[in-house]
Amino acid sequence: MAPQTRKAAIVGGNRIPFARSNSAYAQASNQDMLTATLDGLVARFGLQGRRVGEVVAGAVLKHSRDFNLTREAVLGSRLSAATPAYDVQQACGTGLEAAVLVANKIALGQIESGIAGGVDTTSDAPLAVGDDLRRALISLNNAKTVGDRLKALARIRPGSLVPEIPRNAEPRTGLAMGEHQAITAREWEISREAQDELTVRSHQNLAAAYERGFFDDLVTPYLGLTRDENLRPDTSVEKLAKLKPAFGGETGTMTAGNSTPLSDGASAVLLASDEWAAEHGLPVLAHLVDAQTAAVDYVHGGEGLLMAPAYAVPVLLARNGLTLQDFDYYEIHEAFASTVLATLKAWEDPAFCKERLGLDTPVGAVDRSKLNVNGSSLAAGHPFAATGGRIVASLAKQLHEAGPGKRGLISICAAGGQGVVAILES
Amino acid sequence: MSDWYRDFANSGVGSTLVKQLGLPRPAVLRRYEPGAPLLPGPAVVGTAGEGRLHKTLTRVLEDVGVPVLSAVDADGERLGAVLLDATGVTGPTDLAAARDVLAPAVKRLGPSGRVLVLAAPPSDADSPAQAAARQALEGLVRSVAKELRDGGTANLLFVPADAEASVPGPVRFFLSGRSAYVDGQVVTLTAADVPGGEDEERPLAGQVAVVTGAARGIGASIARVMARDGAHVVAVDVPAAGQSLAEVANEIGGTAFQLDITAADAAQRLIGHLRERHGGVDVVVHNAGITRDKLLVNMDAARWDSVLAVNLQAQLDLTQALLDAEGLLGSGARVVGVSSQSGIAGNRGQTNYAASKAGVIGMVRAWAPTFAERGATINAVAPGFIVTEMTAKMPFGTREIGSRINSLQQGGLPVDVAETIAWLSQPTAAGVNGQVVRVCGQSFLGA
Repeated sequence: MAPQTRKAAIVGGNRIPFARSNSAYAQASNQDMLTATLDGLVARFGLQGRRVGEVVAGAVLKHSRDFNLTREAVLGSRLSAATPAYDVQQACGTGLEAAVLVANKIALGQIESGIAGGVDTTSDAPLAVGDDLRRALISLNNAKTVGDRLKALARIRPGSLVPEIPRNAEPRTGLAMGEHQAITAREWEISREAQDELTVRSHQNLAAAYERGFFDDLVTPYLGLTRDENLRPDTSVEKLAKLKPAFGGETGTMTAGNSTPLSDGASAVLLASDEWAAEHGLPVLAHLVDAQTAAVDYVHGGEGLLMAPAYAVPVLLARNGLTLQDFDYYEIHEAFASTVLATLKAWEDPAFCKERLGLDTPVGAVDRSKLNVNGSSLAAGHPFAATGGRIVASLAKQLHEAGPGKRGLISICAAGGQGVVAILES
Repeated sequence: MSDWYRDFANSGVGSTLVKQLGLPRPAVLRRYEPGAPLLPGPAVVGTAGEGRLHKTLTRVLEDVGVPVLSAVDADGERLGAVLLDATGVTGPTDLAAARDVLAPAVKRLGPSGRVLVLAAPPSDADSPAQAAARQALEGLVRSVAKELRDGGTANLLFVPADAEASVPGPVRFFLSGRSAYVDGQVVTLTAADVPGGEDEERPLAGQVAVVTGAARGIGASIARVMARDGAHVVAVDVPAAGQSLAEVANEIGGTAFQLDITAADAAQRLIGHLRERHGGVDVVVHNAGITRDKLLVNMDAARWDSVLAVNLQAQLDLTQALLDAEGLLGSGARVVGVSSQSGIAGNRGQTNYAASKAGVIGMVRAWAPTFAERGATINAVAPGFIVTEMTAKMPFGTREIGSRINSLQQGGLPVDVAETIAWLSQPTAAGVNGQVVRVCGQSFLGA
C-alpha cells in the first residue's frame, strides 16, 4: 500500500476533430474513432508497443456488441496488447469521470500511467429491436419442438418490427434535454441575447485557438476533417438572432445556434505519475488536484436537469480551501449556452446559495474573460463522452502555457441530473 | 507505382523484343538491404600515377569482406566494382593509366556494378597540367557513367591531401546499394574527425532525427530509412497532414510533431519540443516542400511567396534558430536540405520552385564552414525524377519521358533519396560538408 497519495500529472492529450452528425464520420464506429484517437496519442508521445497502466474510456450511445469497447480499441491500437482497459459511462460526464478514475489510481500508486478517454457517435447509433420482438426471438431460440417454434414466431406482429431508436430524452420525464434546459433557462430568466453572445464568443475563441496553433498538439485530423466541423468563425449575434427557437415553445430562447449540435468524435488524455513522465522524457502540463460529483432530483425535487455542477463546485471548493475566484481559467461545458449562464447566475444568487447550497454568502461571480478561453462545446460540438477529454487536455495545456501555479476549474453537466467537476493546477 | 516498362524489358519475351528493336533496357537496380554484402562480387583496385589511397581503399574493402583483385581476371567472377586511385596524376599523360585500369574492368562489371574514381581536387593542384588532369577525370567519369549498362554507376570523389580519414564512409556508400540511383556525381571531401566503430547495420543508433514533411512521399521514406538505421525520428508535418503523419510515426516507432514550419513561432516550438522530449537533436532533414506551378508571366504573389516561404525561408530560419539554441546542435550534428534537379537545371513553370531549390544549394555552401567549426556538416540532396504519388498523376507521355532521360533509364524511388540523406547523416560522413549530391540517375537535365 502506498503510504501517501500523489497528484496525477496530465502529460497531454489527443482528439480527432469533432464532426456534425451524419457527416464526415457517418461511416465510422465508436471503436474506429477511439482506436484512431489512441493511435494519435501513441504517435504524439512515442508509446508504440508500450503498456500503460490502464486505459479507461466509454461511450454514451453504445452498441451491445461494444461491451468491451475500450479494450477492443486498445487491441486495435499501437499500444501493447498487454494494456488493460475498462469502460465507464456517466452520460456527458463520462470523459471527465474516466480521467478522475485514472488519476485516482495513479494517486494511490496502483498504476504509474494511464489513458482516459471517451467517444460518441450519433451517426452510427445503435438501433434495438422492440421488447415484443426481442422476447419472441428469445423464445424462438429456446424452443425445443417445431410446435414451440411456430408458436414463438406467431407472436411476431408487423408492429414488433419497428426498431427502438435512442432518444435524447430523459427516461423518467420523457422530456428532451433541451426541453429540460428550457425550463431552467426560463426560471433563471436567461435572455436570448446573453445566450447568443456566449455562443459567438465560443466560436471566436475556438477559431482563434486554431489560428494560433493551440490545437497543433491536441488534435489529429481524421477522415479528411482537420478542424471541428461545427466551428463557424464568422458567426455573429446578428446571424444567431435570426434563428427560430428550438426548445421551450415559440417564446423559447434556445435555438440550434446556442445549443450544442449532435456530433461525433473521440478524445484521450495521457496521465501519469511525475516520475513516469520524467522517465519517459514527457512533459507535465498540469496536475489533477481533486474532483467531485453531484446529482440533483430533477424529477420531483424542483431542480433543473443540468444544475448538478452548481452543487458540486462549492463542495469541491470547500474541501480545497478555495473560493470560486481563486482560478485563472474556468471550463464550463456548454451543453447549452443557457446552462453555463444559469450556473453562473445561480452562484451569484444569495437565495439559491443559501436555500439550495446552504451557504451564508454566495459563491460569487466568475471573471468572464477567464471562461472557456479556447472555445467550448457550442463551437467544437459535443460528442457526449468525448467532451471531458477535450476539456482536460485543453485546460492542462492552457495552464501550462500560463506558467506554474495556475489553477483551472472544470464543470461538466450530465444527463440524469448529474455533474462532474474537477480542479487542475499547473 | 511499378515501372511497367522496366519489368517488361526484363521479362523473357520483353527482353528479346527490346533487344531486337534496339530499345533501352532499364535494369532492376541493386538496392540496400540490411545484412547484404557491400558488393555482389570482387573489386579491382587500380592506380593512375603514384597514388596515396590504394592502401586505404584495399583496407575498406577487406574490412567488409570484399575480395580485392589487383587486375582483371577475364575468365573469373563478374566484378562488383572497380576503384581507381588517381590521386597521383600529375598531368594528362598519366590519364592513360586510368584507361588501362578501367577499360578491362568495366567490361567485366556485373549487374549494378560500380566505378569509383578518387583524385585530389583540381583547386589544390601544383600546376595547370596537374589541375587539368584532375579535372579531366570528371569528364571521364561522367562519360563512363553514360556508357555503363545494367544498373552500373560511376562517381568521382575529390580527396584533399589532409582528408584521407574521410574516405571510408563515402567509399562504402558509393559501392553499396544505398547509392543505387546516384550516378555521375562528384563529391569533394574535407578533413574531419571521423569517429570509428560505427554499427554498420544501425549507423544512426541512439540519434534523434527531425524530418520535415514526413507525412508522405519522399519525407515518409526518409523517416523510414532513418528509423531503420537506428534513429528516433521526430516526424514533422503541417497539422492538416496529421493523420498520415501519425501513421508514419507509429509504423517506425517515432513521434509525430504537427507543426507549420512557416509559423512565426515554429523554430521556438521545435526547439522547445526537442529540448523537453529529447534534450537535443543530431540530424535535421529539411524535406518539407510545396509546388505552386505557373509560368512566370502568370505567377501571382501568393504562389511565389508560399513556395519561397516553405521551401527556402523555413530551412534558413529553422537552421539559424537551431544553431543559436545553446547546446542543441552539437558536434557531430547533421543538417540535410532537400534541393531539386529543378534548382540546378531550371524547369518551365517552376520559377518559384527552382529559385527556392537553388537557394537551398546556396544555403548549404555558405553554412558549411560554420558547421565545420562545430564538427558538424550541412549538405543538400537534389532529387531528379522520383516516382511518387505526384508523378503518378502526370500525363503518360510526360511521365515516361521524364523517367527515361537519365543514364539509368528509369525514375528513382523515394527510398533512393532517403538512402542518400541517411548516408549524409551518418557519423562516418563527417568529411562530406557543403556538398550537393544529386539523386537523379545522371539525369540529362542540368548535367
